[in-house]
Amino acid sequence: MMMYTTARTAFRTLRRNPMRAMLTTLGIVIGVGAVIAMMEIGAGASGALKKTIASMGANVLVIRPGTASSGGVSFGAGTTTTLTPEDCQAILRECPAVRNAAPMVRARTQVVYGNRNWVPNAIYGTTPAYLDVQDWSILAEGEPFNDRDVLNGNRVCILGQSLVRELFDGESAVGKEIRIKNIAFRVVGVLSPKGANMMGFDQDDVILAPWTTIKYRVTGASASTANQSASVASDSVNTLSNLYPTAQRSLYPERSAVQLANNPMPVRFANIDQIMLAANSSAEIPLAIEQISEVLRERHRIRADEPDDFNIRDMAELTRTLSTTTKLMTNLLLAVAMISLVVGGVGIMNIMLVSVTERTREIGLRMAVGARGRDILRQFLVEAVVLCLTGGAMGIVLGHGGSLLVRFLFKWPVETSPAAIATAVLVSAGVGIIFGFYPAWKASRLDPIEALRYE
Amino acid sequence: MELITLRSITKTYQMGDIAVPVLKGISLAIRQGELVALTGSSGSGKSTLMNILGCLDRPSAGEYWLEGQEVSQLSADERALLRNRKLGFVFQSFNLLARTSALENVAMPLSYGAEHLSEREARERAAEMLTRVGLADRLDHHPSQLSGGQQQRVAIARALINRPPVLFADEPTGNLDSKTSEEVLQMFERLNTEDRITIIMVTHDPKVAGHANRLIRMEDGVIQGDAPPAAEPNQKTPESAP
Repeated sequence: MMMYTTARTAFRTLRRNPMRAMLTTLGIVIGVGAVIAMMEIGAGASGALKKTIASMGANVLVIRPGTASSGGVSFGAGTTTTLTPEDCQAILRECPAVRNAAPMVRARTQVVYGNRNWVPNAIYGTTPAYLDVQDWSILAEGEPFNDRDVLNGNRVCILGQSLVRELFDGESAVGKEIRIKNIAFRVVGVLSPKGANMMGFDQDDVILAPWTTIKYRVTGASASTANQSASVASDSVNTLSNLYPTAQRSLYPERSAVQLANNPMPVRFANIDQIMLAANSSAEIPLAIEQISEVLRERHRIRADEPDDFNIRDMAELTRTLSTTTKLMTNLLLAVAMISLVVGGVGIMNIMLVSVTERTREIGLRMAVGARGRDILRQFLVEAVVLCLTGGAMGIVLGHGGSLLVRFLFKWPVETSPAAIATAVLVSAGVGIIFGFYPAWKASRLDPIEALRYE
Repeated sequence: MELITLRSITKTYQMGDIAVPVLKGISLAIRQGELVALTGSSGSGKSTLMNILGCLDRPSAGEYWLEGQEVSQLSADERALLRNRKLGFVFQSFNLLARTSALENVAMPLSYGAEHLSEREARERAAEMLTRVGLADRLDHHPSQLSGGQQQRVAIARALINRPPVLFADEPTGNLDSKTSEEVLQMFERLNTEDRITIIMVTHDPKVAGHANRLIRMEDGVIQGDAPPAAEPNQKTPESAP
């Protein structure tokens, strides 16, 4: 009731001189308007950037096996052979922060179609989940291979745009047969163009096929040897008996019968080169890493004091860098807007001081009829806050209108942010309190006798 | 019953190093229902005495009893509350809030110390007060739309809104012509006789002082004369005025 009366009195007082009140709040209107517009445009820009980065695979995590070493000689990352497709399934099953995961086997070898040949950047053996992980589900042509193809090791593949250009000279590739290391693959789909990634790697120069097919029919070995298989392809002639190579090296040293009896190991069917997976959101990446580590350490029987036999790498660094940049820009613009708010606040203080002087007699009268110093302080403070909040409300409308205008005129992405509005309201009230305090305090300290006598 | 009792009140202003005594020991008793006029030449200390009586100022020394309460040592906030509850003020220049309706002007003191009243009750009470001073048809008029006499009556209604036992009037007719002065003074007399409100007015107009039933004359910070106005030798009664 008391606050309401004070606020009403403040409104009425301000209405007595509407022109001056308007001019006084103009600074706040512009300041708040600028803050709102900046924050909305900034949020829009940052949102658009995030979307772009997400399409580049911002939520993607890559698990690669760790380094193997022998006699102090390290073979580099990805050389242990402990990562299995079952790991991938376990991760999908047991890590709620992971959206999807695809096992991957890499090969690099010659691809032949008719009288053309080409060595693509990468031949990936994977599952259909890979397309989802990479946010690449929309194909330019055809359909992706399915899980049954993976289970059966079917010889089907999806081509990247660069391969279509190199092998088919722009003709439709779907339904044609290409040969990879002399094994015929039917092209079921063509990927949509993606262009180069940030390292300059041509992402369209790729073939996707079921990992089982690549693993068992093409490479028959892990990535460490597959990388050199282009040269291998030229000097070894594949025969039909070679379609199912059994020359895979033993993964573990030969164990004696006693060892086997004491410590039986489950039969390991295959190892893969990496697992590519997508977290639910970039915010959940740390959680996903934690869950994956737990699952893999358990599955690989790693003791607490032993280091991981795998590496998990994320691309969040990229996301962070870019979102930090947008945040920086937004903050910079915000700082400029804040300065105009401060200037507006000084304007408020100025006018409130004038108002206190002008209304000295009123203050004296109010004191004579029983207003205490703090009542006067409250009255003037509320007046300043009302002035600022009114200005803030107008500024919100102005700023929002401004950002909408920018959206329509320049087609910039704009995001309405409730946080910006809340901040603007708080800041304008704060400006009112901070810059209204001195004049209000001055008013409250007046001597009623002096004030009544003031001409 | 003694409403106001002053015992050897002094007030000294410090002007740099020099102490300027303005009130030099005032002792005074005012009973309830009196209509007192306080006169004296300028510089006689009547305004200072008025400020002390009105609890706007504190005496340098002495005792001030108001309705059995020693008020000379109260803090500024306590005095503000006291002014709100027990004292009403009418000023020479009306001191109404510009661009504010008569009703709101009158209700203004209620916003300090009468928060228990609802908005409607406050307006009702203000309207009742304005009706009492004969301005029932001017509730929504702004001061600029009212004549001087009407403005002063709004001021009186404002002073009485909290039903104080004492009303202070500082040159209440100073800005009014003789006809409206007469109306305002008659209103004071009516309030004094009908509602038993003690009225203390400062004036140097003998005609105004003639309406009082007690005249206190000040000179050089002391009380020179304290008697009913008829006893004053050079008093001109309103009837004999030219």
